[in-house]
Amino acid sequence: MQANAKTGKPSGLSERGSDIVLVVFCSIILFIVAYPLYYILIASVSDPYDVYAGKTFLLPSQFTLEGYKAVFADSNILTGLLNSFKYTIVGTIFSVVMLYLTAYPLSVRSMPGRKWLSIFFIITMYFGGGMVPTYLVVKQTGLINNMWSLFLPGGVGVGNMIIVRNFFENSIPKEMTEASEIDGASKWITFIRIVVPLSRSIMAVMVVFSMVAYWNDWFTSMIYLPSPSRAPLPLVLRNILIKSSASASQASTISGGFAELNRMTEMIKFSSIIIAAAPMLVIYPFVQKYFEKGFMAGAVKG
Amino acid sequence: MSNNKSTSVKLPKAAGRPLTRRITDHWQLYAMLFIPVALTVIYKYIPMYGIQIAFRDYKASRGFLGSEWVGLEWFRRFFSAPTFGRMMKNTILLSLFSLLWSFPIPIILALMLNQVRFQRFKRITQTVLYAPHFISVMVICGMIKIFLSPSGGLLNLIAGTSIDFLTESSAFRTIYIASGIWQDAGWGIIVYMATLSNVDTSLYEAAKVDGASMFQRILHIDVPALRSVMVLNLIMSAGGLMNVGFEKVWLLQTNLNKATSDVIAVYVYQQGIENAKYSYSTAVGLFNTIINIILLIAVNKTAGKISEDTSFI
Repeated sequence: MQANAKTGKPSGLSERGSDIVLVVFCSIILFIVAYPLYYILIASVSDPYDVYAGKTFLLPSQFTLEGYKAVFADSNILTGLLNSFKYTIVGTIFSVVMLYLTAYPLSVRSMPGRKWLSIFFIITMYFGGGMVPTYLVVKQTGLINNMWSLFLPGGVGVGNMIIVRNFFENSIPKEMTEASEIDGASKWITFIRIVVPLSRSIMAVMVVFSMVAYWNDWFTSMIYLPSPSRAPLPLVLRNILIKSSASASQASTISGGFAELNRMTEMIKFSSIIIAAAPMLVIYPFVQKYFEKGFMAGAVKG
Repeated sequence: MSNNKSTSVKLPKAAGRPLTRRITDHWQLYAMLFIPVALTVIYKYIPMYGIQIAFRDYKASRGFLGSEWVGLEWFRRFFSAPTFGRMMKNTILLSLFSLLWSFPIPIILALMLNQVRFQRFKRITQTVLYAPHFISVMVICGMIKIFLSPSGGLLNLIAGTSIDFLTESSAFRTIYIASGIWQDAGWGIIVYMATLSNVDTSLYEAAKVDGASMFQRILHIDVPALRSVMVLNLIMSAGGLMNVGFEKVWLLQTNLNKATSDVIAVYVYQQGIENAKYSYSTAVGLFNTIINIILLIAVNKTAGKISEDTSFI
């Protein structure tokens, strides 16, 4: 493609013309995607009345960090934030370990029953018990209001598992694992010393996918963690963003009556959106270059 | 699952060795699979077995098997529910319109972006396009509420109006679909971009020498390259036609837009989890799944005729 750019230059107006059209078009799309996020960012550091009066299309008005201060002073949001961190960290470690423990054996062609075990997992991609039977099993296994209800029922993410398995099959030379076993290493040692270090790129992608899934999840928590003290951030934000109600802890910390409370509620909306969205938006560009490779590896055998 | 430890020295794989021997050789791999298999049995297969409560009157004290058999009673009740017709219609229309819009857009984006020759611009565009995919549906819905607010929401500010869009049932589908495209069309290009990056660049060179315009190159080189991925994607989305994204509908639903926002998935949740009508909700969910499977098979057959080299799984 780089070479194209060089040889393409003298080929006349039509090539250059279509280049310009393309760039303009892509820029419009960039704007459509990025502007809503930018608008919220601006709004989060502006006076909410100015936001709703249309004074913050491009730049903040009456710059203030009050919204962020209020978010961090709200005990409900803080609890949600801490819960979300906890669920994301534990869940990601658990899920990636499960992915690896499943994908590696299924990538070893000489293992008897490999095909049937693969089918056993893949079936769960297409068929499931549905919301209620799954809920009843989770309930019977005593996981209601237990953090593990977010991780265990998900078990193995089969779609991702197939991507990892295909990566093992295609990108880790069989000679290396065989040599290690001939040298007397057990299959576990081979797995930990050879396979895991050689698959760092796909692991990075899986870690990010898991983190995003757990950080953004609220539905599973809403069903399995009814206790408000266990709610993750997005579920706490439901009261603020969707129901537009100020939490009790907010009302007690704000002096200045109804108007001030209203103003704070609006400010918290903007700043909490930024706080909830920012961590994942900061992380994913670091593994972006592996996304396409990972998807390609997975697409070879869907 | 074998517990016998193989103490022998590892030998190169030999096809002629007995099965039990080959199994004991791999006991460590089976051990790795133990927890994943156990979790899958408990939380995936037992619930599948539990679907039978759709035909029973489930009582917690009696369990999946012990509850009284009622046959198709719950299904009958669902079909005669006053909102049954509305929910069917809303579910099908919402996903059909979603599919019609959200299927072609990533393809067009990928075809276009693939032609961009300024590598850095291309990369930045991709990064930005992916961003909304990493945001929680809860946050997206919060943003929708802010942008559509009747008093000072961005859309009303631009249009100079003060319409409360979320109480207009005629606007619900547009809101749902447009926000869905905003969030996921960018992420959707990834598969197509990956496929296009494998296209042999000498094809472009040859086409250029022959005087093909950019549009002709896209039409005759890129589109054929994407065909099998497109068909596969279409099949997968058609199979999920009844799986309207529950989360967003539920969050954006108001009493006033229910005429278009009342869908089966939300009903399953409300009946099953909120009202604890376990058997009834399972029956409704099962009905939904069966329609999905029928659609999946139908589309797979039709698509198989279009593109011979593609079939799902």
